Amino acid sequence: MDNLLLMLAPLFSSKLLLVLFFGTLFGLILGVLPGLGPTTGGALILPFTMTLDPLSAIVLLTSIYCAGTYGGAITAVLINTPGTPAAAATCLDGYPLAQKGEAGRALGMATVSSTVGGIFSVVILVFFAPILAQLAYEFGQPEYFALAIFGLTMLASIGEGSPIKNLIAGAFGILISTVGKDFMTSIDRFTFGINELTEGIGFIPVVVGLFAMSEMLTQSTLINQVFNRIALKAIKLPSKDDYKKTWKTILRSSGIGSFIGVLPAEGGTVASLIGYSEAKRFSKNPDEFGKGSIEGIAGAEAANNAATGGAMVPTLALGIPGSATTAVILTGLIIHGVRPGPDLFREQPDFLYGIFGAMLIANILFFIFGFFGAKIFARITLVPNKILWPMIFAVSVCGTYSLNQSIIDVWIMLFFGVLGFFMRRYGFSVVPVIIGLILGELVEGTLRQSLVIFDGNWLMFFTRPIALTFFILSLIALAFPLIRSRKLKKK
Amino acid sequence: MKNVQKQKRANKSLPFFFRDEFRVSLIIILISVALLITTFTFDIVPPILNRGIQPATFPKALLVLIIVMTLLIYYLATKNPWKVEKKLPRSFFLTLSSFVIFVVVSKTLDFFLAISALSIFVSYCWGEKRIFYLLLVGIIFPIIVFIFFETILGLRFPPGIITNIYYS
Repeated sequence: MDNLLLMLAPLFSSKLLLVLFFGTLFGLILGVLPGLGPTTGGALILPFTMTLDPLSAIVLLTSIYCAGTYGGAITAVLINTPGTPAAAATCLDGYPLAQKGEAGRALGMATVSSTVGGIFSVVILVFFAPILAQLAYEFGQPEYFALAIFGLTMLASIGEGSPIKNLIAGAFGILISTVGKDFMTSIDRFTFGINELTEGIGFIPVVVGLFAMSEMLTQSTLINQVFNRIALKAIKLPSKDDYKKTWKTILRSSGIGSFIGVLPAEGGTVASLIGYSEAKRFSKNPDEFGKGSIEGIAGAEAANNAATGGAMVPTLALGIPGSATTAVILTGLIIHGVRPGPDLFREQPDFLYGIFGAMLIANILFFIFGFFGAKIFARITLVPNKILWPMIFAVSVCGTYSLNQSIIDVWIMLFFGVLGFFMRRYGFSVVPVIIGLILGELVEGTLRQSLVIFDGNWLMFFTRPIALTFFILSLIALAFPLIRSRKLKKK
Repeated sequence: MKNVQKQKRANKSLPFFFRDEFRVSLIIILISVALLITTFTFDIVPPILNRGIQPATFPKALLVLIIVMTLLIYYLATKNPWKVEKKLPRSFFLTLSSFVIFVVVSKTLDFFLAISALSIFVSYCWGEKRIFYLLLVGIIFPIIVFIFFETILGLRFPPGIITNIYYS
């Protein structure tokens, strides 16, 4: 009961409500604009959060996360281009339905299923995050090492694209985290005599580079691309018949999305693809999929928004990000001096339940904004790239510079922009780099401390039941893509 | 789908050293080997101060892992070639070169000037010819961003021709 009251706290704080209002609005705008999204937006807004108290800062980031994930659907339905990668599956049926003159119905279903998925995942978050945090009390250094390894191998298993390429990208992310002074011995590693590198490579330059700057380079290759925009008169709430057709799909996809979200991977993107394919598998009319199926929209949208709450579970309970955007939120927590993990649940329940409540309200807010303002948000896509991206560049540069007031950070951002462009061009996802960078210190630190505890005996890892379980799960995660591809070949 | 298969076939017909999978794998391996060699220059901690493993051991293991996995993707690509990517357009190279110009100008002249120059250059290269919009993205918007960061975050931008005038 106390926790429920704590969850309602944001409703009684005008400051938090204002932050939620602007966060949701900003998140929607970011979600609507192709190439941007909650991850890039969160990274860009991070320096501004320094002027806020920790709760307001994290509320801002989480509301951007929730609304940004939904915002991608508006562009997916109206111009057949996903505003965020998580809305890619929404294009498959959203746009064909809009072409039939039912854009309002398609967006109405996307809005309702996103809201249901989002709220469902917050319920999951409220129930499971404390349980997971309680379990984490049993974890020592070896268990955390094994958990981090499991998180990284999951990238290979359920991440998008080639599993081996994802693993290479993840290992590269960890390698970036080793740059600078070794935290145990203070010995310089990969600093090449550059003083600014002794503090290591910051998270923000890498994220802004890999997402915003690489996207700018990608957009430079698409300047002649013409979008066919479909006019939207007004969003329509789904009819009784639509609800009858889709309620099972929405619930199933909400469950799938929440589960996928908990696993450290690409969160919403993978969740929406699985949610969509499962909706097709269970549908009475699978032939309609790809031609404007309302179930297809519901399946994809409920799943990608459900992944938001799911991804927050390991982020808050264990300090292991469930997606790229939660990696940004995790950085926000660390910057504001909040250490995620079991102690957070015991020592700062008001802070935690404030976040849960804010996520719940953000899901309701984006429903209202989406329902009444989709037409206006859709017009944002009319801003030409030749004006939009130079502006994003100016904000990215100043935002990156502002954290450490270091020009080297800006150059690092540009370097990762170029790198990210070529990585994406050749099929390497940039998300594992971010997850690897965030988990890098944990992986190395826990490994080295475990070896101190074990007196250098590696085999001792396998004498710890929880660590052993995670190692076995890691092996299963690595074997999964192999089994899946063999199954596909047999089919 | 057919298009992807066509692109893959086109890639298979190329000599191996022109294929993307070979060039990408080679670059990753060369960089990894260079970094691996660098790890041998890291200081060694005396046994009495050393906790667990040497500071170079972990990066070494990671680099070896990256090399092994890269060889694996190359081996797999020989059986299932990557699709040939389209040639990059002129606008990409212009945008890329604007990054270089930005670094040079921000280092030698002025941070604000670098942002302004890049914004105008990119906007123009991407097809914007109207003076008002070029001024909007190149001057008006960067000024707003500068003032915003300065007043809200109390940020002090690095010295340069224009910023020095502003601060004085």
